Amino acid sequence: MKSLSRLGAIVKKEVLQLSRDRLTFGMVFGLPIIQILLFGYAINTDVRNLRTAVANQAGTHLSQQFVSELRESQIVRIVDSVESPEALESLLRRGKVSIGVLIPSDFDRRVVDRNRAAVQILVDGSDPTILSVANRLRTMPIAFDSAPAEERRHDQIEIRPFYNPERRTPVNIVPGLMGIILMMTMMLFTAVAIVRERERGNLELLINTPVSSAELMIGKVIPYIGIGLFQLAVILTFGQVLFDVPIRGSVLDLYIAGSAFIAANLALGLLISTVTHTQFQAMQVTVFILMPSILLSGFMFPFDGMPVVAQYIGEVLPTTHFIRLTRGIMLREAPIGELGRDFYYLVAFTVVVMTLAAKRFTKRLD
Amino acid sequence: MPSQYAIEARGLSKHFGDLRAVSDLDLDVPRGQIYGFLGPNGSGKSTTIRMLCGLLTPTFGTADVLGTKIPGNANLLKPKIGYMTQKFSLFSDLTVHENLKFISEIYSYPASDRKRRIDELLENYDLIAQRKQMAGTMSGGQKQRLALACAVLHHPELLLLDEPTSAVDPQSRRDFWANLFRLAESGTTIMVSTHYMDEAERCHRLAILDRGVKVADGTPQELQAATGMHIVEVIADDPYAAQAAVNGKPEIASVTQLGVRLRVLIPERYENPIEIVNNALASENVSGDTQLATPTLEDVFVAVTMFPEEKGR
Repeated sequence: MKSLSRLGAIVKKEVLQLSRDRLTFGMVFGLPIIQILLFGYAINTDVRNLRTAVANQAGTHLSQQFVSELRESQIVRIVDSVESPEALESLLRRGKVSIGVLIPSDFDRRVVDRNRAAVQILVDGSDPTILSVANRLRTMPIAFDSAPAEERRHDQIEIRPFYNPERRTPVNIVPGLMGIILMMTMMLFTAVAIVRERERGNLELLINTPVSSAELMIGKVIPYIGIGLFQLAVILTFGQVLFDVPIRGSVLDLYIAGSAFIAANLALGLLISTVTHTQFQAMQVTVFILMPSILLSGFMFPFDGMPVVAQYIGEVLPTTHFIRLTRGIMLREAPIGELGRDFYYLVAFTVVVMTLAAKRFTKRLD
Repeated sequence: MPSQYAIEARGLSKHFGDLRAVSDLDLDVPRGQIYGFLGPNGSGKSTTIRMLCGLLTPTFGTADVLGTKIPGNANLLKPKIGYMTQKFSLFSDLTVHENLKFISEIYSYPASDRKRRIDELLENYDLIAQRKQMAGTMSGGQKQRLALACAVLHHPELLLLDEPTSAVDPQSRRDFWANLFRLAESGTTIMVSTHYMDEAERCHRLAILDRGVKVADGTPQELQAATGMHIVEVIADDPYAAQAAVNGKPEIASVTQLGVRLRVLIPERYENPIEIVNNALASENVSGDTQLATPTLEDVFVAVTMFPEEKGR
């Protein structure tokens, strides 16, 4: 009986403390709801609306009819229309589209020629999911209305996978994994490093010295930039040695992108450290940001397959942009200049979040 | 011409929600003296010290600390003050020497003189043997010496010490105070909060704080002279019975037992304190010797915190 009362005392005390830690309490309700929403929306293997560009060099009635049938299939969403195959490849390399449809000028003649494919579909094959979806287009029939039914063929579309012709998963996963690993460590390290000093009382000493907020914050994150770049090297080496993941683009570009991403996460870590009071809370908030970064960044599921709301959330996360950068540089040999939008987003994100963090961090206790 | 006061505060107040941690505090701390801040836990000592070094913004009131206005740009003040927190706040996972070196760099202490200054501090604060020890593994007294060494490294004009001796043994406390006197002699102004009476007695001047209000200030002698109370000491064979006999009498303000002795506080407006106590003892048939005693700071503390209206009648 005594044991039971002691047990009860522990349980009551624990519940009481839990109910007073508002952040933990929020997590108890918030995490399952957010997780179920994220998983429910993001995990969609029936990918549709792949961003597509069309180069219609034929411009005939039949070719236009084919394009509108493509559109009606809902597998693709035509976002751009260009003149040449080179323009299609450029869009693919820059990550603007996942699929390029090339309709050659002799399209009408090819349709009746049994030996030649009428249409070429260029696919960013770095993501095997996208490739398998694109393969469903292969069997679309193309024929003149006048052609008899028995002459309608299903082999007139040629699929040309780019960047990952062997369809190996690590080729797609490793560049993304770099983002996830860097984010997790960088964000957590900085958040905990500052919160720990607050917990131990070091911060009260520090803020009573002439050291400025900026010196304190920048000084705290500089060592972690080094650690982040080192991590980047480790992942790249292992990816190449163990999984034969190529680095087709420039290593320097990769490091430039990596530095921007590391800075973004360190800024985020600093911001977390200004809103949490214990290391435990800092870890909870990190997990809270980590979840959508894994699920909504395009790391696990193709971005195109997610509903619009999930895509908006994904666009906010730095990991989404970094993964686009790494896949672009490593797999599609894109120079960082062609991926400018994602790079500048990371820079802007860092500036905004860093400003917020510095504003919240005052050298006062009230 | 700098003011003769290191700290001049007027109407300093700090409210946390409904809690008035410090109310309408006036302070004048002369330069080069040790100024004590005496009060029980929660009386607003730490809050006041934190306001004076710019860590907390006063709800009302102002202060002038070494010529810097509070509230104002506290950054101007930081190089001139040394601050010792109540809790040990140096880096547990750095050695004694590494901690001192870090502090010297943070305060931009001249690099050419750094080594000499650190060696001097290690010597003065008896930390030579601990030089390479992790700060976290040291005893309470050693930690406190390191904290003081770090607080004075940059030769601050003003030292703010928040209950510096609450975690150390009596010998360490004595040594600590010897260090404070040495610093005061060399011109450093020291403001130290404490709840130990014997420490308060060593200060040049002190203020007594009770629930955020200053209830008395002056030199220890002035305070002892102005309690507004007679102190009657009773030595009784049965101190419990004696206490029961005097307790509750309308003339008697307070009774404190110290072993076999009782200290009885009677407001000065009664002219015959010995008689009052003797009568009280006689009425209960308790025997005991009574004599008048001089007030200690503890008596002052009881008098001003419990019966402020009797003071200086």
